[in-house]
Amino acid sequence: MSDTHAQTVAYVRDTMIAETAPPTTEVGVIKWLRENLFSGWMNTILTLASLYVIYWVVSGVGPMFTNSIWNAGSLSECREILALEGLTSHDGFCFGVLKDRWQQLIFGFYPNDAYWRPVLALLVFFVGLTPVLFDSAPRKLFLATAAAPFIMFMLLWGGSIWLPIVVGLGIVVGYVALTYLSPINGLVGTLGAIILPILFWLYLAGPIAGALTSIAPIGLEYVPSKDFGGFTLSVVIGIVAIILSLPLGILLALGRQSDLPIIKYSAVTFIEVIRGVPLIVWLFTASLLLNYFLPPGTNFDLMLRVIIMVTLFSAAYIAEVVRGGLAALPKGQYEGGDSLGLNYWQSMQLIILPQALKISIPGIVNTFIGLFKDTTLVLFIGLYDPIGLAGAIRASTDWNGIYWELFIFIGVMFFIFCFSMGRYSLYLEKKLQREHR
Amino acid sequence: MKKTVFFGALTVAGLAAGVASAATLDDVKARGSLNCGVTTGLVGFAAPDANGVWEGFDVGICRAVAAAIFGDPTAVEFVPTTGQTRFTALASGEIDLLARNTTWTMSRDTDLKFDFVGVNYYDGQGFMVPKALGVTSAKDLDGATVCIQTGTTTELNLADFFRTNGISYEPVPIETNAEAQQQYLAGACDVYTTDASGLAATRATFENPGEHALLPEIISKEPLGPLVRHGDNEWGDIAMWVLNALVSAEEMGITSANIAELSAAPTNNPEINRILGTEGELGAMIGLEADWAKNAIAAGGNYGELFEQNIGEATPIGLARGLNAQWTEGGLIYSPPFR
Repeated sequence: MSDTHAQTVAYVRDTMIAETAPPTTEVGVIKWLRENLFSGWMNTILTLASLYVIYWVVSGVGPMFTNSIWNAGSLSECREILALEGLTSHDGFCFGVLKDRWQQLIFGFYPNDAYWRPVLALLVFFVGLTPVLFDSAPRKLFLATAAAPFIMFMLLWGGSIWLPIVVGLGIVVGYVALTYLSPINGLVGTLGAIILPILFWLYLAGPIAGALTSIAPIGLEYVPSKDFGGFTLSVVIGIVAIILSLPLGILLALGRQSDLPIIKYSAVTFIEVIRGVPLIVWLFTASLLLNYFLPPGTNFDLMLRVIIMVTLFSAAYIAEVVRGGLAALPKGQYEGGDSLGLNYWQSMQLIILPQALKISIPGIVNTFIGLFKDTTLVLFIGLYDPIGLAGAIRASTDWNGIYWELFIFIGVMFFIFCFSMGRYSLYLEKKLQREHR
Repeated sequence: MKKTVFFGALTVAGLAAGVASAATLDDVKARGSLNCGVTTGLVGFAAPDANGVWEGFDVGICRAVAAAIFGDPTAVEFVPTTGQTRFTALASGEIDLLARNTTWTMSRDTDLKFDFVGVNYYDGQGFMVPKALGVTSAKDLDGATVCIQTGTTTELNLADFFRTNGISYEPVPIETNAEAQQQYLAGACDVYTTDASGLAATRATFENPGEHALLPEIISKEPLGPLVRHGDNEWGDIAMWVLNALVSAEEMGITSANIAELSAAPTNNPEINRILGTEGELGAMIGLEADWAKNAIAAGGNYGELFEQNIGEATPIGLARGLNAQWTEGGLIYSPPFR
């Protein structure tokens, strides 16, 4: 069989030609370069121009990094070291300031021996966050999520260990009320689950925590809010506001679409008023005006006031983002929910919100990133965010006149936080991709 | 400017609402610490160090007042305030005393309802220009761009000065001294104007201080001093006499080095004895212990010592005493007698 042709058609090759490599212009780096960077005279010019710009920036800034001074106790000392090498202060960064003050930039005025507490609190936060972010994580971790806020509060502010425990008991009270009262009457159960814990927190929590503290004074050293600063302050404000503003924003968005006039117009008014005024004005309101409205002697923590204001502000934005998601859904989805006989909350929970929120993810994360960066505005009301601390560091005679080094550090830190949030949002979008494209 | 008026109006509104409580001393004693408003950071006057401990000339006043009340110079909660928040913080009772290089003016004393308790630094507004500009007098600054901090008296003085001299300028509004430094060095403005002390401190941080000149004109009077809320004179008296005690201590030669010896037993100088409480009842007259002034002086030294440690010629800021010398040495620093 196989030699039939060999005998009849002598000129036909009976062996394969060895594979040769493709032309060098069609493979690997060269192909990529040709196709992407030099595919025409216009692109060639643009590529060369871009290369020049990159070279210009790197050659300008690079030496400043390679010549940077890490071992200096003050700006003048740093300049002396640079001068010994025959350089001016424009030839090298003086990162000695970071070595000297990095703890302050990260932790503010938090007690030195307690730096582990904010770090551990952040770890607890991530552990609590894992089951929320990744559904491959074991479901039992949700227990950690429930406990995380209390553990974090305990770690950050310290004080008696009994206060967060007793506050947590309030939730248990609500749960017990719900389980035992619901069989009697659904409404009574719901009301009991709301009212009993509030009564518990108002009248019983304080005395119980006090009594337990006097019996067993366990706890951590109390750290007042005014000692928070730097990235600890930014991250605490940012995280709390992010976590609280998402549910609040969703409720506001649903409220705005409600058919009940009171709910609808309260939501509209709230969103428009909060959104119509700059954040800095709300911060001034929190720090200055409230001082007048509250009875004299009230000690309403400034940081708490700021967190509330930032939360409300970002909730208004989230509400509008989520409303965009709701509006993007075809009417048939709502009607489908109704025709299945689902009630309002069921159809929202099972049909509408999962789709609307998926559409809104980029907008929501965008708002969160904006919120996190906006925390630096607290500088204007005298709280020490990283930028404020940079100012305070400059106000010492050692480091007066230093700018770029601090701002580079702060910028890099913020970039890391915001970039990670952005990447997570991309991951989430891909995972939830349901359309066929 | 608008901001100033706005917050001023808020301040007045707040006081009209009767928020300011009466006996500040009782509140402070009950709290166990003094709430003292300082800047968020100004070289030499107030800044937290690497451990978060506040230091500076204004901080020294806060510590002295705390020491006079509690005998403990660390019984102070420092509340950092910005140019915008400082007056509301004081008017609303968030702080008991504001020691934040604040200029004593009539409208602040009357319209904003504060009481300045004295002057701890006589300053005046000056101009700094690069020598390359070739300007030798502020009157040559026609058409210049000027970096100016908003919400401060310097902004108003600047407008006055240029109007009286019939020349024009273009303001570059900035928020903080740090920002001003950067803008000025980057050439965003030809001139930087602020209090002369601030200019000297700023210039000291430049890489080449010799390339910048302070113009001879001082265009304003800026008596900087601590202030308290109007309406609680007993509290104002305490702040005022603590400041006077520091000043008198320098005049009488009471220093942190010899105070223990001088206060151990009555000396043969009756005024020293009255200040240090070894004679007379001056402490009881302002509701404090007899050794109030001794504690205040021991906290950080007398006025001259505070000056030399924080902003004097031995420090990088290097301010000469000038107007801030004792009256006996040709300055304006003068305390009424302790009698």
